[in-house]
Amino acid sequence: MLTLEKRPTPSRGWTLATPVLAVVLTMIAGGLMFALLGKNPVEAIRIIFWDPVFNTQFASYTRPQLLVKAGPLILIAIGLSLGFRAGIWNIGAEGQYIMGAIAGAGFGLAFYPSDSPLIFPGMIVAGALGGWAWAMIPAILKTRFRTNEILVSLLLVYVAEKILASAATKFLRNPEGHGFPGSRNLARIDSMNNPELISGTGMHWGVVLAFIAVIAAYVLLNRHLLGYQIKLAGQAPRAARFAGVNPNRLVVMCLGASGALAGLAGLFEVTGPAGQISIDFNVGYGFTAIIVAFLGRLHPIGILLAGLIMALTYIGGELAQLMLQIPAPAIQAFQGMLLFFLLALDVLSNYRIRIKSEGVA
Amino acid sequence: MGIDPVTVIAALIVASTPILLAAIGEMVVEKTGVLNLGVEGMMVTGAVMGFVTTVETGSPTLGFVAGMASGMALSLIFGLLTQLLLSNQVATGLALTLFGLGLSALLGVGYPGATLPPVADPFPAAMADIPVLGPILFGHSLVTYLSVVLVAAVWFVLGFTRTGLIIRAVGENHDAAHALGYKVIRIRLMAIMFGGACAGLGGAFLSIVRVQNWVDGMTAGAGWIALALVVFASWKPWRVLLGAYLFGGITALQLRLQAAGISIPVEILSMSPYVITILVLVIMSSDRSRAALNAPAALGKVFHATG
Repeated sequence: MLTLEKRPTPSRGWTLATPVLAVVLTMIAGGLMFALLGKNPVEAIRIIFWDPVFNTQFASYTRPQLLVKAGPLILIAIGLSLGFRAGIWNIGAEGQYIMGAIAGAGFGLAFYPSDSPLIFPGMIVAGALGGWAWAMIPAILKTRFRTNEILVSLLLVYVAEKILASAATKFLRNPEGHGFPGSRNLARIDSMNNPELISGTGMHWGVVLAFIAVIAAYVLLNRHLLGYQIKLAGQAPRAARFAGVNPNRLVVMCLGASGALAGLAGLFEVTGPAGQISIDFNVGYGFTAIIVAFLGRLHPIGILLAGLIMALTYIGGELAQLMLQIPAPAIQAFQGMLLFFLLALDVLSNYRIRIKSEGVA
Repeated sequence: MGIDPVTVIAALIVASTPILLAAIGEMVVEKTGVLNLGVEGMMVTGAVMGFVTTVETGSPTLGFVAGMASGMALSLIFGLLTQLLLSNQVATGLALTLFGLGLSALLGVGYPGATLPPVADPFPAAMADIPVLGPILFGHSLVTYLSVVLVAAVWFVLGFTRTGLIIRAVGENHDAAHALGYKVIRIRLMAIMFGGACAGLGGAFLSIVRVQNWVDGMTAGAGWIALALVVFASWKPWRVLLGAYLFGGITALQLRLQAAGISIPVEILSMSPYVITILVLVIMSSDRSRAALNAPAALGKVFHATG
């Protein structure tokens, strides 16, 4: 009979191996799913994981998309990982992303048509504040009233979506848009534009910030007292309290940081790749970032790699839709499957599997 | 345009049935000490499987069964991961929701707008025509009555039977229950599957009876509201019923107010169920003694039997 024996510390080898194994298992299970849909599984997996980067025909178009999609995912996931490590569950990043975009776009559009060079920096600050403020709602309710932050942050996503609909059709609607929903196109206004910095790479300010966030999180977690407290609070909450860690302060810091980063991701998206506030502006980065954070083992470098892989599945999913008529939601199920495999395999890093004969106590 | 209280009450019962079913199932799961955040994913999968089965077979009954079965199947994934592979319950529940939303959208491709056969009412039409009482008491589908019966059954089993005592023991202290010889993992797996079946049935009710259509992500947070309801109800069955009807009432009323063209902006009305859920959560959790006394003590903790 198989039994599990807890390891004193998680196995380092398995911790590194499980994400890779999870991706491989997801490819196999995903291949089965595509086969059930009547598609060639090998071709589907190749289109999703290989063609976006290496195909000779269209990789020059899809390769830049990799950074465009990975940027917001990494930025949000870095913020989430801080909280997840400390046992603080912000799962409403999607809402903070929306509110950051609305706050930033609103700030910029309030000064339209000024071309002051201060407008874009101002929008960045407003975007960060928008996301931060939205995350402060669950933070304050948690610290003041002990309300469950999981439910509050998630429910606020639906509220943010209603505000987004209102922004697109009412208070931020383009007055010269002939009554169509959607704001002015910010990417076409010089003072508010978040341009592609190096042509053909997809690199924009949001991607730059994502890289900076990876480095900052690495330094914070390994060199700073706050990072130590975050890790301590997650692994041994009681010990952390005896050591003088203020749990409320951690909640405010972790939710605030993840909210601000999600807000920034929204701001850079709305001023660059998306271009405008529209009803369907959000595409689920805030939720996918949860998978990215776990796939990256809540480690900054891991998140960087995981963000790139998840970006690949987005782009590959679009390609598979075009070339094999695989329905778009298939890729969402595929991403969910990845998280399942990852969580299932975690047992290998935390436990040893022992074979034990029945009856021995 | 006025708002007729009888139609609002009849509508609120229909609107609250899906969240009532999901919440009473989740309450039993939480009573055994397991927090399954995948309610939304199981509901939405139940909704699509129920709808597709009803369209294909022409039988709403089979649709309800399919919804239950699919919710149960998804919950089993959660159960295996959290109980046998000892994964983190919060993360696994989230994974279930993300997976369920994707899977349901995939299964439902091509089905939005398909026509459904009507669902037979258990009471003769003449009874539903009785003024005031008729539409409120006799105008519903069988599942609605079943949901109320289920609340009563859960109340009875949890409070007055040996099974209920074991369920509560496992949820309060799994180590003690294990030491007494109860099969903690088996009991939890059964509760998780019961919760999955309830959530799936709730989803199927949503698509087959309430909306009579399939739309991607049509549960729109109902699963999360069901989770909040369990907290609101302090893990007590009749309060789950009360809470569900309260939220159903808000949903039904805000839809009527929108239709009536009242001067409150549509956005404010349509976000009200979520905002009110948050407010209720705050009120319930701010009362320290009550929140701490009623939550199952082992809620969300990993059980690993040693020796």
